[in-house]
Amino acid sequence: MNLNRKKYRTASRRTFLTAAGVLLAAAGVPAALAQSASSPARSAPPPQSVLAARVAAIRRVTGGAAVNKGRVKLELPELVDNGNSVSLSVRVDSPMSASDYVKAIHVITEKNPQPDVVTFRLSPRCGRALVSTRMRLADTQTVLAICEMSDGTFWSGSADAVVTLAACLEEI
Amino acid sequence: MSRALISLPPQIRKGEIIEVKALAAHDMETGFRHTQTGVPIPRNIITDFTCSYNGAEVFSAQLHPAIAANPFLAFSVLASESGTITCKWTGDNGFAVTESVAINVA
Repeated sequence: MNLNRKKYRTASRRTFLTAAGVLLAAAGVPAALAQSASSPARSAPPPQSVLAARVAAIRRVTGGAAVNKGRVKLELPELVDNGNSVSLSVRVDSPMSASDYVKAIHVITEKNPQPDVVTFRLSPRCGRALVSTRMRLADTQTVLAICEMSDGTFWSGSADAVVTLAACLEEI
Repeated sequence: MSRALISLPPQIRKGEIIEVKALAAHDMETGFRHTQTGVPIPRNIITDFTCSYNGAEVFSAQLHPAIAANPFLAFSVLASESGTITCKWTGDNGFAVTESVAINVA
């Protein structure tokens, strides 16, 4: 009986330590240490493989064309409690006439496991270029919206979000 | 089995730009998650959404795993005539749902 209880205690402490280790790793303690040298509000830069995936996603969207900054307003909450559902809206400055309209809006993340989020395809019958949805965020990061106009030019806007509870980590 | 909702403003005037909200019930399983025993859970998401207004496509979206469960989409449509707005969601494992609402332009 006594032995059994002791066994149970040891196991429980081990479980606790493992869980604590996982939590610390999940909270990005090493990442937090690494970032202190740069800007305090941002977490560590994404690994090369993730960056390459993002660059590839942008190229797939634009076909290598130059992307201008402006005309696109991406809105995200600054502080995200739960990365599993984050409201996002994109507004593009466009007359949405038959000759000058937004063809597509692509949303791309910096640090999610897959950079693509959504592609909206609009038409002049939309009347205005304003779309919203709810997305998942795996980490504190910058989200980019690239807009493709009917004249073939590309415009972009971005927004930062600080994520406290990340999506994609939980087990079921 | 599958549930989907489309919401329009209660009163619509001709030539008005209205907001259409579309919501579908779906888990949007990302394919990046594992069970506690480490078995990966396969991806099961809605991949495509299209909205047509009296048969003509006005808006569509291509969704990826980074869209939250029960995907919500809101977009604008120019209310030019009365008729129907039809939304169609399609996805992995043969998921397909079509929902229509009547639009009355005063």
